Amino acid sequence: MVEFIQVLISGLSKGCVFGLVALGFVLIYKATEMLNFAQGELMMMGAFVAFTFINLAGLPFVVGFAIALAAMFGFGMALERGALRPMIGEPPFAVLMLTIGVGFAIRAIVVNVWGTNPHTLDVPYAGEVLKLRGLVLSYDRLVVIAATAFVCVGLWAFFRRARLGVAMQAASQNQLAAYYCGVPVKRVTSLVWGIAAAISTAAGVLLAPISLLDQNMGFVGIKAFAAAIVGGFGSLPGAIVGGLIIGVGEELVGRYGEPAGLGEVTAFIILLAMLFARPQGIFASLQRKKV
Amino acid sequence: MRFVLTTRYEQDVNLFRHNGQRFWYALLGLATLAAPWLMTNFYIGEAAMVFIWGIAGVGVMLLVGYTGLVSLGHAAFLAIGAFGHAALLRAGAPFLLSLACGVLLAAAAGALVGLSARRMTGVYLAVATLAFERVVAFVVEHWQAATGGMRGIHVTQPTVLQVPLTDRFVFYYFCFALLAASIWGAANLLRSPTGRAFVAVRDSEISAESVGVHLTRTKIAAFALSAGFTGLAGGLMAHAYGHLAPESFTVQVSIQLLLLVVVGGLGSLHGVVFGAVFVVFLPQILALARDGLAVAGVNRVPGLELGAYGIILALFLIFEPRGIYGRWVKVRTWFNEFPLYRKATYKRQRSYLRTERVR
Repeated sequence: MVEFIQVLISGLSKGCVFGLVALGFVLIYKATEMLNFAQGELMMMGAFVAFTFINLAGLPFVVGFAIALAAMFGFGMALERGALRPMIGEPPFAVLMLTIGVGFAIRAIVVNVWGTNPHTLDVPYAGEVLKLRGLVLSYDRLVVIAATAFVCVGLWAFFRRARLGVAMQAASQNQLAAYYCGVPVKRVTSLVWGIAAAISTAAGVLLAPISLLDQNMGFVGIKAFAAAIVGGFGSLPGAIVGGLIIGVGEELVGRYGEPAGLGEVTAFIILLAMLFARPQGIFASLQRKKV
Repeated sequence: MRFVLTTRYEQDVNLFRHNGQRFWYALLGLATLAAPWLMTNFYIGEAAMVFIWGIAGVGVMLLVGYTGLVSLGHAAFLAIGAFGHAALLRAGAPFLLSLACGVLLAAAAGALVGLSARRMTGVYLAVATLAFERVVAFVVEHWQAATGGMRGIHVTQPTVLQVPLTDRFVFYYFCFALLAASIWGAANLLRSPTGRAFVAVRDSEISAESVGVHLTRTKIAAFALSAGFTGLAGGLMAHAYGHLAPESFTVQVSIQLLLLVVVGGLGSLHGVVFGAVFVVFLPQILALARDGLAVAGVNRVPGLELGAYGIILALFLIFEPRGIYGRWVKVRTWFNEFPLYRKATYKRQRSYLRTERVR
């Protein structure tokens, strides 16, 4: 029983990371209907940037983390300006391919700058555990869960209350109409990419103590994509719920499933089953297209 | 510029517009037949790879370029064709029979994916095919009996009419014949009702449905045909590699196939050939570039290949979404209309986003 709960908690924390990366996808999708396949790579790059400031420059964790967030926010905006802006008005397929290309380029940059060896990120809570009635919970997992909850509430409030959040929703529903109403669509799009890059940086920093910091971290992006679809694309709570389902499913199957390694494909099996049974996801946000 | 006076309906349907085209294609065919006598062994092998990638490209082009369904999982069909063929060969099946079985197996898998794709569009489909690819890779890694698991499988090299298939000349001509047959088959398919239905589905699902195209059936047919061609390429690839391992068919291969159709030019069979040449020879060019960098003092650039793929893909999508073939058409039009070329002839139309989402 204790073991089961521990597997559950570790699945939840993994699911939170998937959910956070999926939030990045959903944000960009909500605001621009573009699909960003490079989200996992952005996460990896963010984690490496944080690694540079915290481990190599020796800054305190909070300061280094903040600088990394700001830097990746800028990188996300620059990426939108340089690569995605010319694609406004192109078919979604072209944008999707473009982000795949961008993802490859980012991975090549990361490998060239930081090398192929795995690293560990110095976090203040590393290795500490919380003992609770026989349960042994490590702080790095609990921090992930708490941070995810914090980001979710923040984003929810942002889209409900903030001017910019409402402008983003408007721009996503009808670009031209939003533009006529005075929403600076291009700037809004840039900001969305910045926010998405910053969120994935946070996800990367949270994931770094759990898994290793190396060039293959970006593959989490594919599972996060699965999470976003399971939750229903374009729905913020859906992204988190989808992430949790996939994270917990993966841990449980990885622990108890046969043959070994089945855990690695659990995410995809869940995704395929979901697409078969209910393609619009748990929190559906798409209607059938009208002529 | 040549003007063809159309007097019969058949002239609109013919594969070749006029005798000039027939002449040039015949010349190209003869040049390809004669080429191996002028090339070193290494380049004969590479040219055979171009043909194999071309066959796979025909499959991907049918799906992505003509039906408008994006697949990120075509490496799975390649793997099914290759492993199916290799396993049957090892079990003692005759060469052509096992190759055909590999193709049928891949086509059946494609039909299955197409069946589940009937309600999905765009993104969902892309990710679903990606997931399918991961699941197939998992099966390949763990089904020891058929695929040899992580160690892989050694491909039996058969003889065709007492000549071993490993002979470079034989393999070259065999692959060339299959590529020519594939392109001819696809070109014929595209002027049949099925092919027209593919294009209709690509351009608008709703209008296709309202003129009587059966969406589900068309999508399943597109997937099955596409997977069949890709499976054929997989079977040939098994012989080109000689040894198959799970890592021969990763997501990266799926991406390379998409790169092939995008760089070649979406929606044209010419583009398939351009794209195949590009995909096969890019590593060579990159190797040369690497040597050049080494001379310049930069010793090692890890991940150069993947990074270059990514950047080239991005540049093509931003600056020439119609690919190499599209560029060629533009150049040709410029010469045809020489002093009168209008800049806006191939201007891209943009459509602004209006979502169908309710929340």
